[in-house]
Amino acid sequence: MHIIQQVLFILLFIIAVYLFTRKVRQIRRNIFLGKSKNIQDHKRERWRNVLLLAFGQKKMFRNWIPAILHFFVYAGFIIINIEILEIILDGLTGTHRMFSPLLGPLYNVLIGCFEILAILVIFGCAVFLIRRNILRVKRFQQREMTRWPKSDANYILIMEIILMLLFLTMNTTDRELQLRHIVHYTQTGPFWISALLAPLFGQAHTGTLIGLERGAWWLHITGVLFFLNYLPYSKHFHIILAFPNSYYADLEPKGKMDNMPEIEHEVHLMFEPPPPDNTATEPPPPGRFGAKDVPDLNWKNLMDAYTCTECGRCTAACPASQTGKLLSPRKIMMDTRDRMEEIGEQINKNGKFEGDGKSLLYDYITPEELWACTTCNACVEECPVSINPLDIILQLRRTMVMDDAKAPAEWNAMFGNIENNRAPWKFSPEERDKWREDV
Amino acid sequence: MAAAGESPEVLFWVGCAGSFDQRAQKITKAFALILEKVGIRFAILGNEESCNGDPARRAGNEFLFQMMAYGNIQTLNNYGIKKIVTTCPHCFNIFKNEYPVLGGHYEVIHHTQLLQQLIDEGRIKMKEGNAFKGKRITYHDSCYLGRANNIYEAPRKVLQALDTELVEMKHCRSRGMCCGAGGAQMWKEEEKGHIRINAARVKEAEATGASLIVSNCPYCMTMLSDGVKANGREEDLQVLDIAELVAQSME
Ligand code: SF4
Ligand code: SF4
Repeated sequence: MHIIQQVLFILLFIIAVYLFTRKVRQIRRNIFLGKSKNIQDHKRERWRNVLLLAFGQKKMFRNWIPAILHFFVYAGFIIINIEILEIILDGLTGTHRMFSPLLGPLYNVLIGCFEILAILVIFGCAVFLIRRNILRVKRFQQREMTRWPKSDANYILIMEIILMLLFLTMNTTDRELQLRHIVHYTQTGPFWISALLAPLFGQAHTGTLIGLERGAWWLHITGVLFFLNYLPYSKHFHIILAFPNSYYADLEPKGKMDNMPEIEHEVHLMFEPPPPDNTATEPPPPGRFGAKDVPDLNWKNLMDAYTCTECGRCTAACPASQTGKLLSPRKIMMDTRDRMEEIGEQINKNGKFEGDGKSLLYDYITPEELWACTTCNACVEECPVSINPLDIILQLRRTMVMDDAKAPAEWNAMFGNIENNRAPWKFSPEERDKWREDV
Repeated sequence: MAAAGESPEVLFWVGCAGSFDQRAQKITKAFALILEKVGIRFAILGNEESCNGDPARRAGNEFLFQMMAYGNIQTLNNYGIKKIVTTCPHCFNIFKNEYPVLGGHYEVIHHTQLLQQLIDEGRIKMKEGNAFKGKRITYHDSCYLGRANNIYEAPRKVLQALDTELVEMKHCRSRGMCCGAGGAQMWKEEEKGHIRINAARVKEAEATGASLIVSNCPYCMTMLSDGVKANGREEDLQVLDIAELVAQSME
């Protein structure tokens, strides 16, 4: 019996880890479809960001209630996973609660803490479900929150509640079995919560109890391994990527836009043409300006897209979204991820991507959305996991304006004024200091 | 300035709005007046000043931006400019953050920062019973001074020195709501929505019960003034730049 369980467990474990690694490698490959961007500087400051933003969830605390609940779920989930280590080792070696003899009384304190955290996780997830489905908090109801993103969020919350309930059931039945001195059930002594619940099973048959305990144990660990494999298909992948994404977060002032050295170079050549015999060093003609599709963006933009947890804090703060425009920074991130997955699928099938007549710009994100952005940086400021939707918006605008000549007519007029009058309005440069006349 | 052959302490970069827009010209004049009163030797580039390229760059026209930047950096470097003060957060941001990689290195400050310094140093003193004393006002954080460059306190300290009663809007400091002009929006109609951004922002200001909105940016000035008109509050809700408050109140 134990041997069969052990073999089954080893098989299950190997398959789960294999599938997870395969998907993660595909995601890694997709992220590196993006252009290179060298982010190696200021290591100290970057680690600080990992501590503050990822571990400490500093940005979440801009809004207290969800922050505290989220902290329960996050801390609970991460810490309880220490318990998973024991479960996996038990599963692989056929032991039961192998850490108990090693840790002595400390083991009970540890599991007791986990049980309290489990209750907090259940509470947090329940409130989150209520906020999403009953209170219908506005940021979870916008246009891009179609069926899948909404269900995805609900599935995760429900899964976490079930996993925690299984964990508690496992401990409670285990306690009752210990009280009955059943062999194989190591005498660990009571845990804080399950000891209180154990009397519920006082009347149950020992056989039923063992069935329940084993059932909960198996469902719990299978659930955890399933959850692991669900992550990379879900917005929940942020629990992994939030860490590197905080490390690679932009440290410059938010107002600073990336320079385009290729254009800087061309403009210099315009003003200071090189001597005519100097043609040998001419750089190759530049490719596309800005970005039209996922591979034109840089890898940090793409990692941003996989990190996005679709929380909508960005969109809730966006002045364009707030006033009913089509633009939603969250949708920019979701579209980028969807497009990346679409390209990734083709690479999985054909080994390479040769174009499919579609692009992120136009097929996913429309010009009307992009024109509405005021570059106010509210989305960047709000994002709890250091995502920069504005950077993508600006790169897409560059392609629309410089490659596709699709700027709105009013902007073309403004460009014309700057070119001819050195001011965005139609005024003569000679009138620049007219204001002084009546000082 | 070139002709005069003297070296100014600071270059006052007036900016396109400050030069041409009638309302913004008043801010320019107010700030120039303050500089003169305090006795700071400043210069302007006059018709040698050109658009810094911000609207072009943010609209996606990098070529035009690079052309303007090239010209301006040549001019500024030719005159040996070391320090720039500007009344426009967009100019401030571009000079401070985006010109250095292109070869334009200057010490750049926004006029609200300079005003705070001058007040701290005692070089600006307010009149006894200045017009804004005790007045209920609200302050609008511009995106390019606030989030873009994390300057929230300097302007508020100036307002403190004026003894105003500052009531913050629902969204302020790093949460401040945009006026709707940045990112080259100033030069085009808004996309379809249910309300204009400036009208929405002015509503937030109205909710504070203030009779004066203080701004620090010529574009915010335009947008907020239009919003006040659109909301029918012209009679009892004023919009003034922080420099105008100081110019009216100093000794
Ligand atoms: S920067 Fe653009 S997308 Fe981001 S919040 Fe502001 S207007 Fe919205
Ligand atoms: S970009 Fe950031 S703030 Fe916006 S939905 Fe994604 S995680 Fe939330």
